[in-house]
Amino acid sequence: MSIAPQTSFLYHIEEKSGEKVSLCYQCNKCSSGCPVTFAMDFPPHVLLRMVQLGLKEKVLGSLTPWVCASCETCTTRCPNGIDIARVMDTLRQMARVAPAGAEDIPKFHEAFLNSIKARGRVYEVGMLLEYMFKTDVWAKIKSREIIKETKLGWEMFRRGKMRLFPHTIRGLEDIKKIFEHKGK
Amino acid sequence: MKVSYYPGCSLLGTAREYDESNRAVCGALGIELEELEGWNCCGATSAHSTDDYLALALPARNLVIADGKGLDLIVPCSACFLRLKASEKKLLEMPLADFPYRGSLKVKHLLNFLAEDENIQKIQERVKKPLAGLKVACYYGCLIVRPPKVTGATEPEDPKEMDRLMAALGAEVIEWSFKTECCGGSLVLARPDIATKLVERILKMAKEAGAEALVSCCPMCQSNLETCQGESSHRTPVFYFTELLGLALGLSGVKGWLKRHLIDPRQPLREKGLI
Repeated sequence: MSIAPQTSFLYHIEEKSGEKVSLCYQCNKCSSGCPVTFAMDFPPHVLLRMVQLGLKEKVLGSLTPWVCASCETCTTRCPNGIDIARVMDTLRQMARVAPAGAEDIPKFHEAFLNSIKARGRVYEVGMLLEYMFKTDVWAKIKSREIIKETKLGWEMFRRGKMRLFPHTIRGLEDIKKIFEHKGK
Repeated sequence: MKVSYYPGCSLLGTAREYDESNRAVCGALGIELEELEGWNCCGATSAHSTDDYLALALPARNLVIADGKGLDLIVPCSACFLRLKASEKKLLEMPLADFPYRGSLKVKHLLNFLAEDENIQKIQERVKKPLAGLKVACYYGCLIVRPPKVTGATEPEDPKEMDRLMAALGAEVIEWSFKTECCGGSLVLARPDIATKLVERILKMAKEAGAEALVSCCPMCQSNLETCQGESSHRTPVFYFTELLGLALGLSGVKGWLKRHLIDPRQPLREKGLI
């Protein structure tokens, strides 16, 4: 198969992330140090090459940015100074839909941010419940995963690790304003 | 000495024992922690995965509150620490009108702060119960060191602050190569299979190196390292470094903190007559 490189996608990613992806010369250092390549469809250096070639749909449909743990090892070790974890952020922000195997990840982020928006801080119990109801609860019941999770919740509760009542910060209007500016 | 303190959301719930031990230890060292009034969540991975403005502005609000006080800002959670540092770096390069930050302070991780020469000396002078014979693996995780351009870590691949602190308490600090390997904390809810695999690797390395327990400086790592061990009977305890500080300093709250752990960490301490 021959590929005609499309530079517009590369330039768009470079502009949005502020990172020079074109500097990548495929040394493989990022992928060698990455702890989650086993769960990725393309290791980080391959994904960067795909960005260089302008394979937009494949890149934005890839599992790789979603299962990236944001551990920053790649960014720390890149000999060309590319903040690869930052590029992964940009790709996550651009890909509207997470592929199979990563569906729950944006649901978690949504529940987490909703909690901040509502009270200024993450209220763990509320956030966990919202997240749970965003995911496929029925599948969890069928696989009995729900029993394990309930048990863990109980173990935490009886050790005083679950705060029953949420706290709302003073100055919540600042947080509302920040969320109104989102995307700017 | 007085400093500003930004506990972060986990320390109000799942990591309560970390907050309790931080306050007790600093109190015993004569360090006054002044909690930042009206602090908000740093946004964590969810903000920087979703929107650049959220990732910049949520920590920025806290920086501006702290800026007015002019006291260094001490952060016990590595995830919060990195988000605050990353936002600070950007604000100093390109000021944000909504959050005018002058940079009158230093943002420091609690571990690095307590490992400063002056504080380590104070700690050494106050040790009442040396942790002799306790074999610990110091686990730093990712975000206290990486990326070094933001965190300011001088040895991001082999940090030594916790090693020095634990050695000052008399513990036996083992050498191992997984000090800064990722535990997968940000994926623990949505992809627990990945987090479990990463935790298993870390624990296997720690055991092979001869550690009886891990020591952590982050509420995300600590909770992940405990929950991902499941129900097995050979579980490895994971202490917060301030709990061991409290124990060595002879503080009374220690038993209460240790009772909150999902994996009871008291066995190795009993064997050595430390509790």
